[in-house]
Amino acid sequence: MGSIDSLYQEIILDHFRAPRGEGSLDAPTASVDSNNPLCGDEVHLEVRVEDGKIAELAHSGQGCSISRSSTSMLAEEAVGLEVGEALERIEYFRLMLHGDAEPDEDRLGDAVALEGVAKFPARVKCALLGWLALKEALMTNAEGGANGHR
Amino acid sequence: MPVGHAALSACKADFPLLAREVHGKPLVYLDSAATSQKPESVLDAMDAYYRETNANVHRGVYELAAEATSRFEAGRTAFAKLVNAPREGCIFTKNATEAINLVAWAWGVRTLQAGDEIVITEMEHHSNIVPWQLVAQITGATVRFASVTADGLLDMEDLAGLIGNRTRMVAVVHVSNVLGTINPVARIAEMAHSVDAYCLIDATQSVPHMPVDFAALGVDFLAGTGHKMLGPTGIGVLVAKPEILEEMEPFLGGGEMISDVRKDGSDWNEIPHKFEAGTPPIAEAVGLAAAADYLMDIGMDRVRAHERELAGYMLEAMSEIPDISIFGPRDLDVRGAAVSFALPDIHPHDIAQLVDQHGVSVRAGHHCAKPLMRCLGVPATARASAHIYNSPEDIDVLVEAIGAARSYLAG
Repeated sequence: MGSIDSLYQEIILDHFRAPRGEGSLDAPTASVDSNNPLCGDEVHLEVRVEDGKIAELAHSGQGCSISRSSTSMLAEEAVGLEVGEALERIEYFRLMLHGDAEPDEDRLGDAVALEGVAKFPARVKCALLGWLALKEALMTNAEGGANGHR
Repeated sequence: MPVGHAALSACKADFPLLAREVHGKPLVYLDSAATSQKPESVLDAMDAYYRETNANVHRGVYELAAEATSRFEAGRTAFAKLVNAPREGCIFTKNATEAINLVAWAWGVRTLQAGDEIVITEMEHHSNIVPWQLVAQITGATVRFASVTADGLLDMEDLAGLIGNRTRMVAVVHVSNVLGTINPVARIAEMAHSVDAYCLIDATQSVPHMPVDFAALGVDFLAGTGHKMLGPTGIGVLVAKPEILEEMEPFLGGGEMISDVRKDGSDWNEIPHKFEAGTPPIAEAVGLAAAADYLMDIGMDRVRAHERELAGYMLEAMSEIPDISIFGPRDLDVRGAAVSFALPDIHPHDIAQLVDQHGVSVRAGHHCAKPLMRCLGVPATARASAHIYNSPEDIDVLVEAIGAARSYLAG
């Protein structure tokens, strides 16, 4: 097991105490409700995609420090990305949490701090919750257009 | 401290695992509602079984097989004695979930019809919800939920209103794994019987912690499990009135459960074997016997007295934590020593992760009771749950660790 401070790094606690991108959007093109069946954590994520890029992203929900800070980092990182690029980074983040990719700040921003989660298998789902919700939202948006999925 | 604590906490020495450390701190194990630790006598009994008498049961005529069968059946006898039930009414399953599924499939699917109702409660574990939903899907029967009051008790008025002429089964948890609430199941069995319905109780959290008398409670079915009562995983028990079992068709088919197998059909073995298809959990039954004997040696009245006092100490000590919400009744007469709680500023997951650093094992999550979580209005809770080997000192360590977790996250 990794040390507790590798799990709860200062930057993670900072996002947890002051989450970025919390709230809702006026005109989302897709929104997704996702939950972690293990612990009951819930995230509601809204995204507005314009010209193939993520123009806005907002989230709300209930969760632990890891899931909340991870979604906050995502909100900071994803806005402005092309849909394909965002999907690629979500996958890269997933690989990092499973110990199969190196932390890369260019791709993941503050979320590299979540590298330590890989040593706490029970918390990997917490860290992935918001990111997989965005993936679902982007796939929905690509397939079905506006507000296709709840 | 009261005499009860001193007398029972000493038995901690019987549990080898409890001597270990976690993260360099002495282990404080407060997750016995999930699974209990095992005394040396259980470990020894299972080890000796494999070393000395391992053979398949109810098969061979040789000495080893006879010894194995005798030790296996002694498990049934011991459990039957623990819960005061007829031994032919005790069926070994792999866990309590399978015990409930046995009733749902062998009785429910074959008997229930559209319009029939199964009454359960909002405080059920998923194991006493989902099997009935599956049965309802197949038969067209309806599952109805009796509500839980604000102070964590079963709403008996609501339950009485739900039980009626359409009710065929009333399936209720004896002691809630989340709230600790002890439900008045003898009264509930009477209510069920007044409309000719059966009553099943999920006794996974009661049998390990208090005297449970199957005959006196008057219920028709009781589901229990080995691993929460100081025994091994892999074995559960369905206790049922023998006359009901005689009428029921088998659940799983295979070896052991038959008296004759022909090309055109088969005949069933006598109860309880009719419901025990295939090689059963033999070493586990031996371990279960040792666990039941260990508990009976202490005396279930003393176990309950110890945990009642400990629950009182938990409620008192944990109430001192600023802004804590504690779920479940405060009246010690109607609760066990499982205490769920939440803090406004720390998610249960973080509590569990951070107190672990102080050696404290508590559970965080929905505790397989999502309908109840929705009633309580929380996505998850943290839960500390005690057994005979816990002491007030363990609770003091927990309370201190929660304080430390709080400062850590607040920065």
